[in-house]
Amino acid sequence: MTVLKPDKCIDLRGTPCPLNWVKTKLRLEEMEPGMLLEVVVDDGAPARNVPRSVETEGHRVVETTRLPDGVRVLIERC
Amino acid sequence: MAVTAFTEEQIERYSRQIILPEVGGIGQAKLLAARVLVVGAGGLGSPVALYLAAAGVGSIGIVDSDCVDISNLQRQILHGTADLGRQKCFSAKEALESINPDVVVTPYPVRLTSSNILEIISDYDVVVDGSDNFPTRYLVNDACVLAAKPLCHAGILRFEGQVTTIIPGQGPCYRCLYPEPPPPGLMPSCQEAGVLGATAGVVGAIQATEVLKLILEIGDCLVGRILIYDGLAMSLRVVRVERDAACPICGDSPTLAGLVDYEHFCGLAAAEEQEYE
Repeated sequence: MTVLKPDKCIDLRGTPCPLNWVKTKLRLEEMEPGMLLEVVVDDGAPARNVPRSVETEGHRVVETTRLPDGVRVLIERC
Repeated sequence: MAVTAFTEEQIERYSRQIILPEVGGIGQAKLLAARVLVVGAGGLGSPVALYLAAAGVGSIGIVDSDCVDISNLQRQILHGTADLGRQKCFSAKEALESINPDVVVTPYPVRLTSSNILEIISDYDVVVDGSDNFPTRYLVNDACVLAAKPLCHAGILRFEGQVTTIIPGQGPCYRCLYPEPPPPGLMPSCQEAGVLGATAGVVGAIQATEVLKLILEIGDCLVGRILIYDGLAMSLRVVRVERDAACPICGDSPTLAGLVDYEHFCGLAAAEEQEYE
Protein backbone atom coordinates (compact mmCIF):
# COMPACT_ATOMS: atom_id res chain seq x y z
CA MET A 1 0.00 0.00 0.00
CA THR A 2 2.69 2.44 0.96
CA VAL A 3 6.44 2.63 0.90
CA LEU A 4 6.56 5.34 3.59
CA LYS A 5 7.99 3.98 6.85
CA PRO A 6 6.84 5.81 9.99
CA ASP A 7 9.46 6.80 12.57
CA LYS A 8 7.00 6.20 15.40
CA CYS A 9 3.67 4.41 15.77
CA ILE A 10 0.93 4.68 18.36
CA ASP A 11 -2.25 2.68 18.60
CA LEU A 12 -4.98 4.92 19.94
CA ARG A 13 -7.90 2.61 19.31
CA GLY A 14 -10.13 2.73 22.37
CA THR A 15 -8.89 6.22 23.32
CA PRO A 16 -11.76 8.72 22.96
CA CYS A 17 -11.68 12.27 21.60
CA PRO A 18 -10.03 14.54 22.46
CA LEU A 19 -7.50 12.39 24.37
CA ASN A 20 -6.46 10.61 21.17
CA TRP A 21 -5.46 13.98 19.71
CA VAL A 22 -3.74 15.10 22.94
CA LYS A 23 -1.61 11.94 22.88
CA THR A 24 -0.89 12.39 19.17
CA LYS A 25 0.12 15.99 19.78
CA LEU A 26 2.42 15.10 22.70
CA ARG A 27 4.13 12.49 20.53
CA LEU A 28 4.53 14.94 17.63
CA GLU A 29 6.16 17.46 19.99
CA GLU A 30 8.89 14.93 20.74
CA MET A 31 9.70 14.43 17.06
CA GLU A 32 11.80 16.46 14.67
CA PRO A 33 10.24 18.23 11.66
CA GLY A 34 10.01 15.88 8.69
CA MET A 35 9.59 12.74 10.79
CA LEU A 36 6.57 10.51 10.23
CA LEU A 37 4.15 9.40 12.93
CA GLU A 38 1.62 6.64 12.38
CA VAL A 39 -1.46 6.68 14.58
CA VAL A 40 -4.29 4.19 14.49
CA VAL A 41 -7.59 5.58 15.73
CA ASP A 42 -11.15 4.28 15.90
CA ASP A 43 -13.38 4.77 12.90
CA GLY A 44 -16.10 7.40 13.19
CA ALA A 45 -15.54 10.64 15.12
CA PRO A 46 -11.86 9.94 15.97
CA ALA A 47 -11.05 9.28 12.29
CA ARG A 48 -12.57 12.63 11.38
CA ASN A 49 -11.34 14.70 14.35
CA VAL A 50 -7.71 13.62 14.70
CA PRO A 51 -6.64 14.39 11.09
CA ARG A 52 -8.44 17.74 11.28
CA SER A 53 -6.64 18.68 14.52
CA VAL A 54 -3.33 17.54 13.00
CA GLU A 55 -3.79 19.97 10.11
CA THR A 56 -5.08 22.81 12.30
CA GLU A 57 -1.89 22.52 14.32
CA GLY A 58 0.15 22.89 11.13
CA HIS A 59 1.24 19.30 10.52
CA ARG A 60 0.52 17.30 7.35
CA VAL A 61 -1.69 14.26 6.98
CA VAL A 62 0.29 12.22 4.47
CA GLU A 63 -2.26 9.46 4.03
CA THR A 64 -5.29 7.89 5.67
CA THR A 65 -5.92 4.17 5.32
CA ARG A 66 -9.02 2.32 6.43
CA LEU A 67 -8.20 -0.84 8.35
CA PRO A 68 -10.62 -3.66 9.22
CA ASP A 69 -10.86 -2.27 12.78
CA GLY A 70 -9.82 1.38 12.69
CA VAL A 71 -8.17 4.03 10.62
CA ARG A 72 -4.44 4.48 10.13
CA VAL A 73 -3.29 8.09 9.82
CA LEU A 74 0.23 8.84 8.66
CA ILE A 75 1.36 12.29 9.82
CA GLU A 76 4.38 14.34 8.83
CA ARG A 77 5.60 16.43 11.76
CA CYS A 78 5.96 19.98 10.35
CA MET B 1 13.14 17.58 21.77
CA ALA B 2 12.91 16.33 25.32
CA VAL B 3 9.43 16.58 26.75
CA THR B 4 8.37 15.81 30.30
CA ALA B 5 6.88 12.36 30.62
CA PHE B 6 3.35 13.02 31.75
CA THR B 7 1.31 10.49 33.66
CA GLU B 8 -1.98 9.32 32.16
CA GLU B 9 -3.73 11.35 34.85
CA GLN B 10 -1.81 14.51 33.91
CA ILE B 11 -2.59 14.05 30.22
CA GLU B 12 -6.28 13.86 31.06
CA ARG B 13 -6.22 16.61 33.68
CA TYR B 14 -4.49 19.13 31.41
CA SER B 15 -5.92 17.89 28.09
CA ARG B 16 -8.01 20.99 27.41
CA GLN B 17 -5.00 23.27 27.67
CA ILE B 18 -2.45 20.91 26.09
CA ILE B 19 -4.75 21.05 23.04
CA LEU B 20 -4.13 24.80 22.78
CA PRO B 21 -1.46 25.42 20.13
CA GLU B 22 0.12 28.01 22.46
CA VAL B 23 0.46 25.51 25.34
CA GLY B 24 1.02 21.90 24.29
CA GLY B 25 3.11 19.49 26.29
CA ILE B 26 6.04 21.89 26.21
CA GLY B 27 3.95 24.64 27.80
CA GLN B 28 2.47 22.26 30.34
CA ALA B 29 5.96 21.23 31.39
CA LYS B 30 6.83 24.93 31.87
CA LEU B 31 3.75 25.41 34.06
CA LEU B 32 4.60 22.39 36.22
CA ALA B 33 8.13 23.72 36.68
CA ALA B 34 7.01 27.31 37.39
CA ARG B 35 7.13 29.02 40.78
CA VAL B 36 4.68 31.84 41.48
CA LEU B 37 4.31 33.92 44.65
CA VAL B 38 0.83 35.23 45.40
CA VAL B 39 0.81 38.12 47.88
CA GLY B 40 -2.50 37.96 49.71
CA ALA B 41 -4.99 35.10 49.91
CA GLY B 42 -7.96 37.44 49.74
CA GLY B 43 -10.35 38.61 47.06
CA LEU B 44 -7.77 38.77 44.25
CA GLY B 45 -5.39 36.13 45.55
CA SER B 46 -8.21 33.57 45.70
CA PRO B 47 -9.10 33.42 42.00
CA VAL B 48 -5.48 33.92 40.96
CA ALA B 49 -4.21 31.03 43.08
CA LEU B 50 -7.16 28.78 42.20
CA TYR B 51 -6.62 29.18 38.45
CA LEU B 52 -2.85 28.82 38.74
CA ALA B 53 -3.20 25.65 40.79
CA ALA B 54 -5.83 24.21 38.47
CA ALA B 55 -3.58 24.93 35.48
CA GLY B 56 -0.76 22.99 37.13
CA VAL B 57 1.62 25.74 38.22
CA GLY B 58 3.86 23.45 40.22
CA SER B 59 4.95 25.69 43.09
CA ILE B 60 2.80 28.42 44.57
CA GLY B 61 3.78 30.57 47.53
CA ILE B 62 1.00 32.28 49.47
CA VAL B 63 1.79 35.23 51.74
CA ASP B 64 -0.88 36.23 54.22
CA SER B 65 -0.75 36.79 57.95
CA ASP B 66 -4.49 37.24 58.41
CA CYS B 67 -7.10 34.80 59.63
CA VAL B 68 -10.34 34.02 57.81
CA ASP B 69 -13.15 36.31 58.92
CA ILE B 70 -16.80 35.80 58.04
CA SER B 71 -16.83 39.13 56.15
CA ASN B 72 -14.16 37.70 53.81
CA LEU B 73 -16.28 34.84 52.51
CA GLN B 74 -18.40 36.96 50.15
CA ARG B 75 -15.39 37.27 47.83
CA GLN B 76 -12.41 35.29 49.11
CA ILE B 77 -13.39 32.02 47.48
CA LEU B 78 -10.32 30.09 48.61
CA HIS B 79 -11.86 29.88 52.06
CA GLY B 80 -15.10 28.43 53.39
CA THR B 81 -17.22 28.71 56.49
CA ALA B 82 -15.35 25.80 58.06
CA ASP B 83 -12.13 27.84 57.78
CA LEU B 84 -13.30 30.73 59.96
CA GLY B 85 -10.50 31.73 62.32
CA ARG B 86 -7.85 29.73 60.47
CA GLN B 87 -4.80 31.45 59.02
CA LYS B 88 -5.58 32.18 55.39
CA CYS B 89 -2.33 30.84 53.96
CA PHE B 90 -2.95 27.41 55.50
CA SER B 91 -6.59 27.36 54.44
CA ALA B 92 -5.39 28.34 50.95
CA LYS B 93 -2.78 25.57 50.88
CA GLU B 94 -5.40 22.97 51.71
CA ALA B 95 -7.88 24.25 49.10
CA LEU B 96 -5.27 24.50 46.33
CA GLU B 97 -3.62 21.14 46.95
CA SER B 98 -7.00 19.44 47.05
CA ILE B 99 -7.81 20.80 43.59
CA ASN B 100 -4.52 19.59 42.15
CA PRO B 101 -2.07 17.20 43.82
CA ASP B 102 0.62 18.26 41.30
CA VAL B 103 0.87 21.59 43.13
CA VAL B 104 3.02 22.27 46.17
CA VAL B 105 1.90 25.33 48.13
CA THR B 106 4.30 27.07 50.50
CA PRO B 107 2.45 29.16 53.09
CA TYR B 108 4.04 32.32 54.50
CA PRO B 109 2.03 33.41 57.56
CA VAL B 110 4.00 36.64 57.80
CA ARG B 111 3.70 40.31 56.99
CA LEU B 112 5.96 41.34 54.18
CA THR B 113 8.55 43.86 55.30
CA SER B 114 11.70 45.38 53.89
CA SER B 115 13.68 42.79 55.80
CA ASN B 116 11.96 39.60 54.58
CA ILE B 117 10.54 40.34 51.11
CA LEU B 118 13.70 39.94 49.03
CA GLU B 119 14.45 36.55 50.53
CA ILE B 120 10.87 35.35 49.98
CA ILE B 121 10.58 36.49 46.36
CA SER B 122 14.02 35.10 45.47
CA ASP B 123 12.46 31.60 45.31
CA TYR B 124 9.89 32.59 42.65
CA ASP B 125 9.76 33.32 38.92
CA VAL B 126 6.69 35.59 38.96
CA VAL B 127 5.00 37.62 41.71
CA VAL B 128 1.29 38.50 41.91
CA ASP B 129 0.17 41.44 44.00
CA GLY B 130 -3.24 40.77 45.52
CA SER B 131 -2.78 43.14 48.43
CA ASP B 132 -5.17 45.85 49.46
CA ASN B 133 -2.90 48.38 51.07
CA PHE B 134 -0.33 50.85 49.88
CA PRO B 135 2.59 49.83 52.12
CA THR B 136 2.54 46.32 50.65
CA ARG B 137 1.98 47.49 47.06
CA TYR B 138 5.01 49.76 47.15
CA LEU B 139 7.13 47.21 48.96
CA VAL B 140 6.23 44.45 46.46
CA ASN B 141 6.83 46.76 43.50
CA ASP B 142 10.18 48.00 44.76
CA ALA B 143 11.38 44.51 45.69
CA CYS B 144 10.37 43.13 42.28
CA VAL B 145 12.20 45.98 40.53
CA LEU B 146 15.34 45.39 42.65
CA ALA B 147 15.17 41.60 42.11
CA ALA B 148 14.11 41.93 38.43
CA LYS B 149 11.02 39.74 38.94
CA PRO B 150 7.92 40.08 36.75
CA LEU B 151 4.98 41.33 38.79
CA CYS B 152 1.28 41.38 38.01
CA HIS B 153 -0.41 44.12 39.96
CA ALA B 154 -4.13 44.69 40.43
CA GLY B 155 -6.47 46.66 42.60
CA ILE B 156 -10.24 46.54 43.01
CA LEU B 157 -12.94 48.65 44.61
CA ARG B 158 -16.72 48.48 44.35
CA PHE B 159 -17.43 47.33 40.78
CA GLU B 160 -14.10 48.41 39.34
CA GLY B 161 -10.60 47.12 38.96
CA GLN B 162 -7.26 47.84 37.33
CA VAL B 163 -4.54 45.46 36.22
CA THR B 164 -1.03 46.04 34.93
CA THR B 165 2.01 43.86 34.48
CA ILE B 166 5.43 45.07 35.44
CA ILE B 167 8.51 43.56 33.84
CA PRO B 168 11.46 45.51 35.24
CA GLY B 169 13.49 47.00 32.41
CA GLN B 170 10.75 46.50 29.83
CA GLY B 171 8.18 49.08 30.93
CA PRO B 172 6.96 51.22 33.78
CA CYS B 173 6.75 50.03 37.37
CA TYR B 174 4.03 50.88 39.89
CA ARG B 175 6.04 53.90 41.10
CA CYS B 176 6.31 55.25 37.55
CA LEU B 177 2.51 55.48 37.65
CA TYR B 178 2.14 56.55 41.28
CA PRO B 179 5.53 57.77 42.64
CA GLU B 180 4.43 58.00 46.28
CA PRO B 181 1.60 56.49 48.34
CA PRO B 182 -1.43 58.77 48.71
CA PRO B 183 -1.87 60.57 52.03
CA PRO B 184 -3.52 58.44 54.70
CA GLY B 185 -7.30 58.38 54.42
CA LEU B 186 -7.51 59.79 50.90
CA MET B 187 -8.20 56.52 49.13
CA PRO B 188 -11.15 54.49 50.38
CA SER B 189 -10.55 50.81 51.13
CA CYS B 190 -12.88 47.93 50.27
CA GLN B 191 -13.74 47.89 53.95
CA GLU B 192 -15.14 51.44 53.69
CA ALA B 193 -16.38 51.57 50.11
CA GLY B 194 -17.45 47.98 49.56
CA VAL B 195 -16.65 45.58 46.75
CA LEU B 196 -18.62 43.10 44.71
CA GLY B 197 -17.14 39.63 45.09
CA ALA B 198 -17.38 39.00 41.37
CA THR B 199 -15.21 42.09 40.73
CA ALA B 200 -12.39 40.25 42.46
CA GLY B 201 -13.15 37.18 40.36
CA VAL B 202 -12.98 39.03 37.04
CA VAL B 203 -9.84 40.98 37.89
CA GLY B 204 -8.12 38.02 39.57
CA ALA B 205 -8.83 35.85 36.53
CA ILE B 206 -7.16 38.50 34.35
CA GLN B 207 -4.12 38.45 36.65
CA ALA B 208 -4.01 34.64 36.43
CA THR B 209 -4.11 34.89 32.63
CA GLU B 210 -1.20 37.33 32.68
CA VAL B 211 0.87 35.04 34.92
CA LEU B 212 0.17 31.99 32.75
CA LYS B 213 1.21 33.99 29.65
CA LEU B 214 4.41 35.11 31.35
CA ILE B 215 5.29 31.50 32.19
CA LEU B 216 4.34 30.22 28.73
CA GLU B 217 6.03 33.18 27.01
CA ILE B 218 2.98 33.76 24.81
CA GLY B 219 0.80 36.72 23.87
CA ASP B 220 1.19 40.32 24.94
CA CYS B 221 1.17 41.12 28.63
CA LEU B 222 -0.09 44.37 30.12
CA VAL B 223 3.41 45.89 30.15
CA GLY B 224 3.12 49.65 29.71
CA ARG B 225 -0.65 49.31 29.74
CA ILE B 226 -3.28 49.51 32.48
CA LEU B 227 -6.46 47.54 31.90
CA ILE B 228 -9.42 49.22 33.55
CA TYR B 229 -12.51 47.13 34.22
CA ASP B 230 -15.85 48.75 35.03
CA GLY B 231 -18.40 46.15 36.02
CA LEU B 232 -21.34 48.56 36.20
CA ALA B 233 -20.88 49.89 32.67
CA MET B 234 -19.46 46.46 31.79
CA SER B 235 -16.59 47.98 29.88
CA LEU B 236 -12.88 47.42 29.53
CA ARG B 237 -10.47 50.17 28.65
CA VAL B 238 -6.72 50.14 28.13
CA VAL B 239 -4.55 53.13 28.97
CA ARG B 240 -0.97 53.29 27.73
CA VAL B 241 1.64 54.31 30.28
CA GLU B 242 5.33 55.06 29.92
CA ARG B 243 8.30 54.28 32.10
CA ASP B 244 9.40 57.37 34.05
CA ALA B 245 13.10 57.99 33.57
CA ALA B 246 12.98 59.90 36.88
CA CYS B 247 11.24 57.04 38.74
CA PRO B 248 12.67 56.80 42.26
CA ILE B 249 13.12 53.01 42.01
CA CYS B 250 13.37 51.97 38.33
CA GLY B 251 14.50 55.29 36.80
CA ASP B 252 17.85 56.07 35.22
CA SER B 253 19.26 57.37 38.53
CA PRO B 254 17.15 55.81 41.30
CA THR B 255 16.84 58.02 44.37
CA LEU B 256 15.57 55.27 46.66
CA ALA B 257 18.55 53.53 48.18
CA GLY B 258 16.53 50.53 49.35
CA LEU B 259 13.13 49.28 50.39
CA VAL B 260 10.75 51.48 52.37
CA ASP B 261 8.31 50.30 55.03
CA TYR B 262 5.37 52.67 54.72
CA GLU B 263 3.27 51.31 57.61
CA HIS B 264 3.49 54.43 59.73
CA PHE B 265 3.27 56.82 56.83
CA CYS B 266 0.10 55.20 55.53
CA GLY B 267 -1.48 54.86 58.96
CA LEU B 268 -4.89 53.69 57.70
CA ALA B 269 -6.70 51.37 60.04
CA ALA B 270 -7.10 48.89 57.21
CA ALA B 271 -3.47 49.21 56.27
CA GLU B 272 -2.36 48.60 59.84
CA GLU B 273 -4.14 45.28 59.71
CA GLN B 274 -2.57 44.65 56.31
CA GLU B 275 -5.76 43.46 54.71
CA TYR B 276 -5.41 41.67 51.46
CA GLU B 277 -7.76 41.71 48.56
